[in-house]
Amino acid sequence: MRIKKTYVVLSFHTTLEAMEWEKQCAECGVPGRIIPLPREISAGCGLAWRMLPEEFEQWQHKLDPARYDAVAAVEQ
Amino acid sequence: MIYLDNAATTLHKPLQVEQAMLDALRTAGNPGRGAHEPTLHASRLVYAARCAVAKLLNAPDPSCIAFTSNATQALNTALGGLFRQGDHIITTICEHNSVLRPLYHLREIGVNLSFTGVDEKGRLRYDQWEGFLRPETRALVVTGASNVTGNGTDLARAAEFAHRHGLLLIVDAAQTAGELPLNVQVLGIDVLCFTGHKALLGPQGTGGLYVRPGLSVRPLVVGGSGVHSFDEQHPAQMPTALEAGTLNVPGLAGLCAGVEWILAQGVETLARREQALTVLFYERIRDLPNVKIYGDPEMTPRAPIVSLNIGDEDSARIADILWEEYGICVRAGAHCAPLMHKALGTAEQGTVRFSFSHFNTEAEVLQAAAAVRELAQEA
Repeated sequence: MRIKKTYVVLSFHTTLEAMEWEKQCAECGVPGRIIPLPREISAGCGLAWRMLPEEFEQWQHKLDPARYDAVAAVEQ
Repeated sequence: MIYLDNAATTLHKPLQVEQAMLDALRTAGNPGRGAHEPTLHASRLVYAARCAVAKLLNAPDPSCIAFTSNATQALNTALGGLFRQGDHIITTICEHNSVLRPLYHLREIGVNLSFTGVDEKGRLRYDQWEGFLRPETRALVVTGASNVTGNGTDLARAAEFAHRHGLLLIVDAAQTAGELPLNVQVLGIDVLCFTGHKALLGPQGTGGLYVRPGLSVRPLVVGGSGVHSFDEQHPAQMPTALEAGTLNVPGLAGLCAGVEWILAQGVETLARREQALTVLFYERIRDLPNVKIYGDPEMTPRAPIVSLNIGDEDSARIADILWEEYGICVRAGAHCAPLMHKALGTAEQGTVRFSFSHFNTEAEVLQAAAAVRELAQEA
């Protein structure tokens, strides 16, 4: 398999929250994209938002923790 | 053809509705079940529909809107998911079977019901409400407007009564969502159930319910959710809690286009147009001999409906003649509101229901009035 990189991944309670997050990020220019929820976060299905660590660090002050469920570093 | 059966389903939709549905059929995957572009696109379409409906109803958040396949499913979800044995509910005889039958089902498990009556013009007897109250009264369940007479319910009065006595206010908005301005926050409505295929101008197979934040409704259906696959319990978060299974994405794309079109026109503008057509029709027929009009076409608020009979002729025969000889589509019979028909004395005859859309023209309405005049002269 190809070499893995570390990403910051945000998870959501519902698909609706993921959609709201994606819309707001697009409006504010926050980098990242929706991905399938990695197993490290939850052994289920669902959506997550993936960013590079340096992007997360740069934007963290503008990201409202109330709008996502959890945040984790994930190798992908 | 002159289509005047809009209270059953609106036939004339904005072109954007058709296009949105076709586009969704060609491009949408399964919403919330993956993260490739077609499935994300589907999720975005559903999200857009949720936002549009939330805006129309002035819901505080799009998560308050759960989609169902129609108003009946929404009402079954709300009524089945909020009450238990021993509770008491106040409702009205104006209700459609989509409210009555879930309530009768609740009665079988020990929920008690009181039915508000109407006066000779089908207007609600609000004065009866205080007398129905019991310590175990939990809710007031009312229609926004009678689908038989078009008479509207004074929702501000209903809300004031419900709030004063700590009752839930549940509104069947099948005849009023998109038809009349509705503001769930200002009115303090706890649950509002709507259908997509009538005044919201969406396709059949769409509907839903607004649930006030903080109010928990037990789901009618559980199953696939797209999240938390290994939990034995269906997720409790709205709207996922009330949306088990794959949603009707092409339908919701159409509903979204319909609601966005309404928002662009303005509900008040469309309502004024429909009221003008209703009044035009009513004024042309109200003094005709042999024509009996039900309800109070002069009251507000009201849905754009005029129900009538000609002599003692079967309403089904009148509707059939209107279609066969005049090309006019109306609905006859009992309109799924048996208690209302009993109160109006039309359980046998039914009524001939004319229901208007802002897409109708004055010429169509005048042709319909002329047809009624001819039939009345024959009676």
